[in-house]
Amino acid sequence: MNAPFKPRFSRREVLAGGGALALAFSVPVSAIAQAPAGAPAAPRLPGDLQTNRKLSMWLRIEEGGKVRLLVGKVELGQGILTAVQQLCAEELGVDFNRIVITSGDTSLVPNEGVTAGSLSMPGCGTAVRHASADARGILVDLAAQRLGVDAGKLDVADGTISGEGKQITYWELVSGQELEVEATAKTPLRARDKRRYIGKNIPRIDIPAKMTGQPIYVQDLRPDGMVHGRIVRLPVYDAKLVSVDTSGVEKMPGVLKVVRDGSFLGVIAEREEQAIRAADTLRRIAQWDVPKDVPTSETVYDWMQKQKLQDIVIKNDSRSNSTAVAATIAVEYRRPFHMHASIGPSCALATLDADGMMTIQTHSQSVFETRNAIAMMLGVDRTKVRCQHVQGSGCYGHNGADDVAADAALLARAMPGRPVRVQWTRNDEHKWEPYGAAMLTRIKAGVDGNGNVLDWDYQLWSTSHGTRPSSNAGNLLAGQVLEKPFPLPVPVNGGPPNYAADRNAIAMYEFPGQVVTTHFITTFAARASSTRGLGAYANVFSIESFMDELAHRAQVDPLEYRLRVLKNERGRAVLQKAADNFGWANWRKAPGRGRGIAYAQYKNLATYCAIAIEVEVERNTGKIRVLRAVAATDSGEIVSPDGIRNQIEGGIVQSLSWSLKEAVRFDAGGVHSDDWISYPILTFSEVPKIEIELIDRPGQPFLGAGEAAQGPTGAALANAVFDAVGVRYRELPLTPSKVKMALQS
Amino acid sequence: MPVLKVNGQSHNLAVPDDAPLLYVLRNDLKLNGPKFGCGLSQCGACTVLIDGQPVRSCVTSAGAVVGQDIVTLEGLGTPEKPHRLQRAFIDEQAAQCGYCANGMIMRAKALLDTVPKPSEGEVRLALDGNLCRCGVHQRIISAVMRASREA
Ligand code: FES
Ligand code: FES
Repeated sequence: MNAPFKPRFSRREVLAGGGALALAFSVPVSAIAQAPAGAPAAPRLPGDLQTNRKLSMWLRIEEGGKVRLLVGKVELGQGILTAVQQLCAEELGVDFNRIVITSGDTSLVPNEGVTAGSLSMPGCGTAVRHASADARGILVDLAAQRLGVDAGKLDVADGTISGEGKQITYWELVSGQELEVEATAKTPLRARDKRRYIGKNIPRIDIPAKMTGQPIYVQDLRPDGMVHGRIVRLPVYDAKLVSVDTSGVEKMPGVLKVVRDGSFLGVIAEREEQAIRAADTLRRIAQWDVPKDVPTSETVYDWMQKQKLQDIVIKNDSRSNSTAVAATIAVEYRRPFHMHASIGPSCALATLDADGMMTIQTHSQSVFETRNAIAMMLGVDRTKVRCQHVQGSGCYGHNGADDVAADAALLARAMPGRPVRVQWTRNDEHKWEPYGAAMLTRIKAGVDGNGNVLDWDYQLWSTSHGTRPSSNAGNLLAGQVLEKPFPLPVPVNGGPPNYAADRNAIAMYEFPGQVVTTHFITTFAARASSTRGLGAYANVFSIESFMDELAHRAQVDPLEYRLRVLKNERGRAVLQKAADNFGWANWRKAPGRGRGIAYAQYKNLATYCAIAIEVEVERNTGKIRVLRAVAATDSGEIVSPDGIRNQIEGGIVQSLSWSLKEAVRFDAGGVHSDDWISYPILTFSEVPKIEIELIDRPGQPFLGAGEAAQGPTGAALANAVFDAVGVRYRELPLTPSKVKMALQS
Repeated sequence: MPVLKVNGQSHNLAVPDDAPLLYVLRNDLKLNGPKFGCGLSQCGACTVLIDGQPVRSCVTSAGAVVGQDIVTLEGLGTPEKPHRLQRAFIDEQAAQCGYCANGMIMRAKALLDTVPKPSEGEVRLALDGNLCRCGVHQRIISAVMRASREA
């Protein structure tokens, strides 16, 4: 293994060995405000400190002038590790480069749940910031005692505490004995004028290695003795493996073992191409029972309405005035299933040691819950499974990461002592990752004589957006098909404040009456789970398209129409900023061109985001060219401006790709979107110019930015197309054929 | 038993002629630049240069490139001494996950070797067959333009 990459720390190495010193203090415990463990009134701590309260869970002052930061959140390409390292350096008062991060190792780091939902900055960033400040406060107090100088007269610079001509470093202060101390989050944060890192563009710590081919991805791990595994997945959902004669395959060159357990079928070989060839052969000869009567990507919208529905009224504000309704308008919107479609298919390594310990290297977003689910699948105690996060290809939600980790564990169990690497194929990834769920929405509005909304009735139909491992083997593809299968748990829709299918279903406009109903479906037409934004993509698309329809009907500028009923000041500010930067007021329409705008506050409680888009539509082909996208966002206090920019930029491109091109096609013959030809995504020639303005809110909580652009982008696009050609598209994606058909009818 | 010349060094390899070059580079030579993305010549993640031409190593057999000059991302530069394209990608922070970066940089290298000062349109065209799912296209274009200026 080359130099910069060492994923396999032992616990001892981090806790004590390797010269590491625990953050240890010789101040009396009573000097630090601390509730005894389990005390009823433990104070509420900010972010993930609430659930991981001890400073030593987060920070260690290590020998050699280093600081180790331990975090449960993981790097998915979103830049989180750089951002939390900035926060730690700032608040602890050390140089950025002194910090070494360990992230996502179930044996070492605080359990911060899943890295998802734009919650890493609010949860982890906030915790790291306060933990670091608290540690600084404690160290300064220690130094005050040691130096005999009043703490108020001491200053910290790069871990050296000095005042009145005396000084001492963090590394001289801490001793070997460990004292676990709860955070208080009461230490004052660094003054704004003293800041070196927060709000600055610090280059991402992982990019140089990635640009030069250093081993940094899970795909790059090659421990001694490693062998290659491949899985033969079912040809279609719910198929059953009837028979397979493995004897020929077992004699193929390099093949070490064929592993079958119920309908789970895999093969292990010495070389990668040997494993591929063996799996291909098994795939050809395996006999399957396949279900006949299944919903298809075409019939799914009807199918949804015929399912047993859980109807949940999530908002029920009836109107108190008696203004007469002048007109009632009702429309329906649809979004299909779409994929995460990471560029690198899922991959994992697993090794079963002689002592029965299963160690798994995984790019999972949920190392703890995935560990638990895999332990359940293997029928072993959770302490016998360890998951270590290693980066994978881009992750935009619950993709194949956890499933391939389970696959690797099953193969590794069959070949103790050898690290087994399982790499999904492109076909595996396209057909078996859990998709973003198709949705159907209906909005009915009663408007007054001026076209303003009086009554707003919103209904949505959706299957689940959450089938993450959640510590249950029934959520793992392999677990579901074993000889003794684990059933897929009945999904539940996530409730407030984050919501799931109904995320952003409540319009944030001040309408006199608003009723919102979720029709939640607990069965599945296609495998689906959390995908960037969950229901927010369809709900914001629907609400913001409809607002545009209503504005046009009322003959009011769509920006002004929104501002009439949007009272939130931060929301108004991003909307106005996006419009100004776009040049909304002075924009002149050219033939075939159109502009559209849309806005949402993600989850109704996180980042505010408005996007204006200009398109050109070719009437004879139906082709939409997106010329530019102009966004304004407010994510609270900004730690890494470029990090937020990168997330918003990427979110716009990805949402344009979804909205212009993507729909998973499936029927009784299985998923037909099985490669990049049958499931194309946006390419360089189609990506528009993107301009982003960030509004900084110093002192305000971090809001998290990763998913904010998905909904507004889709709606702004459809609104721009309407402006260009006068046809309203209510079913995504806006493919040229659909656009052409509508233009001709 | 192909003899492969990779990043200026000859390697005597005990691998079958029909083994895909991508797996030989990654598994036998322990190079990490070229990535497995599709194995179908559809995404560009596995791109290497062969006699200066961008080639998709996932659909190229090791035996087919014996004696030719194979250059991988590692052959361009190191973290300490990056090639100007690598430097420009770092300066522009032209990555999220970075999994596509190998293909982008290698394809861009082939472009700049023949068209040292491309227009933005030429860059887009050259990279059109290289997929990025994180959506960092605009940054990648800026990085290639920067590298062409800093030549
Ligand atoms: S991996 Fe070779 S082109 Fe995709
Ligand atoms: S940066 Fe993730 S695929 Fe391009």
